[in-house]
Amino acid sequence: MSLITAENVCKDYHTGEVTIRALNDLSFAIEPAAFVSFVGPSGSGKTTLLNLIGCLDKPTEGKLTVSGTDISLLDRKESAAFRGSHIGFIFQDFNLIPVLTVYENIEYPLIMVQNIPAGERKNRILRLLEAVDMNAQKDKYPDQISGGQKQRVAIARALVTNPKLVLADEPTANLDSKTAYAVIELMKKMRDELQTTFIFSTHDQKIVGEAEILFTLEDGFLKSRETRGGGA
Amino acid sequence: MGNLFKIAVRNLLRYKRRTILTASLITIGVVFVLVFISVSSSFKTMMTGQITDSMLGHIQVHRRGYVASIDNLPLNLNLKPDAVKKLDDILAQDRDIEAFSPRIKFGGMLSNFVETTNIRLNGVYPEREFRTVPLLASRISAGKKTLHRGEILIPALLSRGMGVKTGDTVVIVATNQDGSVNGKSLTVSGVLESATGPGGRDGYVHIEDAQEILRMPAADVSEVAMRLRDFGRLESVRLRLEGLLGSDMNPQGKPLFEVHTWEQLSPFYNIARMIDVMTFFIKLMLIAIVLISIMNVMVMAVYERIREIGTIAAIGTLPGKILSMFIIEGFCMGVLGTVIGNILGGGILYALNAAGITFDFGQQTGLILTATVDPADVAVLSGIVIIVSVIASLQPAFKASRMEPIAALRHV
Ligand SMILES: Nc1ncnc2c1ncn2[C@@H]1O[C@H](COP(=O)(O)OP(=O)(O)OP(=O)(O)O)[C@@H](O)[C@H]1O
Ligand SMILES: [Mg+2]
Repeated sequence: MSLITAENVCKDYHTGEVTIRALNDLSFAIEPAAFVSFVGPSGSGKTTLLNLIGCLDKPTEGKLTVSGTDISLLDRKESAAFRGSHIGFIFQDFNLIPVLTVYENIEYPLIMVQNIPAGERKNRILRLLEAVDMNAQKDKYPDQISGGQKQRVAIARALVTNPKLVLADEPTANLDSKTAYAVIELMKKMRDELQTTFIFSTHDQKIVGEAEILFTLEDGFLKSRETRGGGA
Repeated sequence: MGNLFKIAVRNLLRYKRRTILTASLITIGVVFVLVFISVSSSFKTMMTGQITDSMLGHIQVHRRGYVASIDNLPLNLNLKPDAVKKLDDILAQDRDIEAFSPRIKFGGMLSNFVETTNIRLNGVYPEREFRTVPLLASRISAGKKTLHRGEILIPALLSRGMGVKTGDTVVIVATNQDGSVNGKSLTVSGVLESATGPGGRDGYVHIEDAQEILRMPAADVSEVAMRLRDFGRLESVRLRLEGLLGSDMNPQGKPLFEVHTWEQLSPFYNIARMIDVMTFFIKLMLIAIVLISIMNVMVMAVYERIREIGTIAAIGTLPGKILSMFIIEGFCMGVLGTVIGNILGGGILYALNAAGITFDFGQQTGLILTATVDPADVAVLSGIVIIVSVIASLQPAFKASRMEPIAALRHV
C-alpha cells in the first residue's frame, strides 16, 4: 500500500475577494521509504503541498490519504496527534527550541508529544546523536552551533519518534552548498537505515540531483514525475 | 510536568531583565501589602487592646435599654439582684470567660472642701475589676495599685484641676434612685491616667461604698463587663450569651438583658473597620499590579515566540500542553515575585520591630510598634498573588494554544 495517495487534490487560498488556486487537481502516490523531492519555481505550490501532506492544512477538494488516514477528516487536536505520531518535520530555519540543549531538543517530542519512558528515550537519542554525528555537541544550546549542525539536530529530532514520513520544506536554503549536500546525504543515509520516507522541497539544482523521485510543480499543476537511478 | 517547568523557567531566564523587572514589581507590591497589613493590624490590635483592657472589657451585659441612655447613667435601669445572680451563675460557668466584673455606675459630686465638681464613678469589686481590665492597674500613676473600702481612685484631670493628691480626703455626694441625696468621705488612694474611649475619665470606688452612698440594700448592678480567654471568639461568645440570656423576660415580656461587644460600645471600632477597608483596597491594588504586569509580560512572551509556538505545534504538541507551558511561565513569575516579596517583607518587618518605633494613641504615649503578621495572612496573600498570576497568563496562553501552526511558522 502506498504511504501517500493524492486523488484530484486542489487547494484554494482566499484573500479578500480573490481566490488563488495554489494546487490544481493533483493525483499521485508515494511509496514507503521513498526519497522524494518537490521542485518548481517560486509560488508553484511546493510549500502548500507539503503542508497538506504534513496534516497542517486541509485540501479544498479531493482526497489525500497519509498512512491510510484521510487527513480531511481529522479535527485540530487529532491532526496534532497524527503529526506527533506519524510525521517528522525539518524546517528551513531549523526551528530548534532556543532554551533547550541539543540533547533536549531531540528529546522534546519524546516527552512533550509522545510519552516515552526515560530509559528508552535515552537509547534513542544517543543512537541518533551518533548517527547525525552531534554527540560531542549534545549539551550545547542552538545558538552555540552552526547552521549545518542545527539542521543535523533537526533531522535527529524529526526521526526520534520513529515516524514513517519526514517532511522538509527547503531544508538546505539557509546552508552553503557543501553543507547542504551533507545534510541531504545524511537524510538519505537515515532513510537507508530506518526506511523512513523523506520528502523535501528545494530550488537547488545540485540537491535536486540527490532525489530518487522528483515531482515538478508549476503554477499549482503537477508537471512531471521522474524516477532517478539508484532509487529504493 | 517537570519538563514544562524546565522550559518555563529557562524562558524566564532567557529574558532576564524583563523577568527581574516584572518580578520586582510583584515583589514591591507584596512587600508593601505585607508591611501595611502587619503594621496596621498591630496598630489595630493595640488600639483595641487599649480600649478593651483599660476600661470597656470585651463584652458587657446590661439591663435592656441601659446602653441607649448610658450617658446619663440611669440607676433605674440597673439589674436587680436576682438578675445579677442569674448572670453570675452563667458567666462563672462559661469556660471562654476569663474574668467578669459587675459595676455600679453613677454620677455624683466630688468635693475637696474647697471646690466641688461632678464625677462619674464605678463601684466595683476591685480584684475582679483588675482581672477584667488588666490595664487599669497600669493607669494608676500615683498611689497604690489597689482599692479598698473607704478609698477612691480619681481621674488625673480632676486631681490636677483640684489639686487633690493621694492620701487626701474627699467627699462624694450622689442622688439615689429615690431622689434623696447622700454623701460619704473617702480617701484618695490613687490617681488614674485617662484612657481613650468611653469611661476613660471615670473614678473608682469599692462596690460596697457605692451601695452605701446610693443606699442600696443589695447591689443593683449597672453592667457586667467580661474578659475572654480568646479575643478571637468574641462573636461566638456574644451569640452564645444572647442565646442563654435571651429567654429571660421582664414583666412586660421583653428580654431582660442586652449583650454588647466592645465593637458596639466604642466609636473606635469604626477606625478599626476603616483600617480593614484600607487593607482591602491595598490588596485590590496589589492584585491589579500583578494582573497587569504578568499579563503584559505574557502577551509579549507569546508574541515573541510565535514561530517557536508554530514549531512545537507543527511537530504535534497538543494545544493543552502549549497552554500549560505559558500558564506555568506566569505561575513561576508569580511565585518568584511572591517568594522574594515575602522574604524582603519579613526582613523589613524585622527591621521595623528592631528599630522599636513608638507612637501615641489617645492619652497613651510611647506605645512600641510590634508589627507581627499572621502566617495565615502571608499564605493567603501569596496564594492570591499566585492565582492572579495564573489568571493573568490565561488569555495569552490560550491565544498561543489556538495558533494555527502554518500561520505561526510563516510569522516574521
Ligand atoms: N496563506 C496564503 N494565503 C494566500 N495565498 C497563499 C498563501 N500561501 C501561499 N499562497 C499562494 O499559493 C501559491 C503557492 O505558494 P507556495 O508557498 O506553496 O509556493 P512555493 O512553491 O512554496 O514557493 P517558494 O518556492 O517561494 O517557497 C502562491 O501563489 C502563493 O502566493
Ligand atoms: Mg515554499
